[in-house]
Amino acid sequence: MISELLFMNGYEVYVLSAFSFTLLSFAALYLVTKVQFVKEQKKFVTKFGYLNTEEAKSAKSQRINKEILANATNN
Amino acid sequence: MFKLFQPSKIFQITSKAPKYILFLFVIVLSVGLIEALILSPEDYKQSDAVRIMYVHVPAAWISLGIFSSITFLSISGFVFKNKNFFLISKSLAPSGFVFNIIALVTGSIWGKPTWGTWWAWDARITSMLILVLFYGMYLISWRIYENEEKVFKISTIITILGIINVPIIKYSVDWWNTLHQPASINILSKSSIHSSMLFPLLIMTAAFALFSLLIFLMKYNTELIKIKNKGLDRL
Repeated sequence: MISELLFMNGYEVYVLSAFSFTLLSFAALYLVTKVQFVKEQKKFVTKFGYLNTEEAKSAKSQRINKEILANATNN
Repeated sequence: MFKLFQPSKIFQITSKAPKYILFLFVIVLSVGLIEALILSPEDYKQSDAVRIMYVHVPAAWISLGIFSSITFLSISGFVFKNKNFFLISKSLAPSGFVFNIIALVTGSIWGKPTWGTWWAWDARITSMLILVLFYGMYLISWRIYENEEKVFKISTIITILGIINVPIIKYSVDWWNTLHQPASINILSKSSIHSSMLFPLLIMTAAFALFSLLIFLMKYNTELIKIKNKGLDRL
């Protein structure tokens, strides 16, 4: 199986570089998106921490805010 | 009907879905890679170089599909006055852009052993390059303009202008003499690709589609949290 992967009738450099480029692009896009997501989530939790009781109560009345907080705690 | 597109309702699903999609993507991609690199046969003309098709073609298909979806959603956003359509479009764009680059780079790598050149100003390749520029302009427009109404308008204009290029990409191989081969897979007529190659191609397409769905969901969740962050500032 390994030899089939490594020797492709002289085309291995082209084939493996095309696949490697694709997988590296996937990894880079995933990481960048994940970092952006975590950054925004952390920002939300920090901002939420600064709210006073009344503001926090009002914010928590929105289901989406509760979901974001719950997800941030789970991560 | 548009209540279904309310961010709070969507977030309930999109916040939980990424982990399952990632799991499914890893499985489908693993099967696809084994099929594409080991089990699928070599081509009688191109030999093993044909394996590049398994990353090049799905990337091209998905980048075209995403751009068409972005255009449709942007226009729908204007027609139905629904901001969420714009948010979905914005979240789809990064994966479309990356898939477009993958299609160009892997196409260039495939070009060297088959055509003897890394690049040719051929109608198909040039029109794909134009598409990546439209993706770039679309993404930049969201970064440049702060005003919501303005960014909705400008990004929609970019997609409308860009969508003119999509049928040109599709039919460029029929309208002009190009180095690029004509389509081997047709929905309406018989495909010229053998099932032993079609099967891995479809698996890899499914893997790529799952990956774009995963990125879309993560990006969409990020955008929703960004909006909520602004909301907390206003409290």
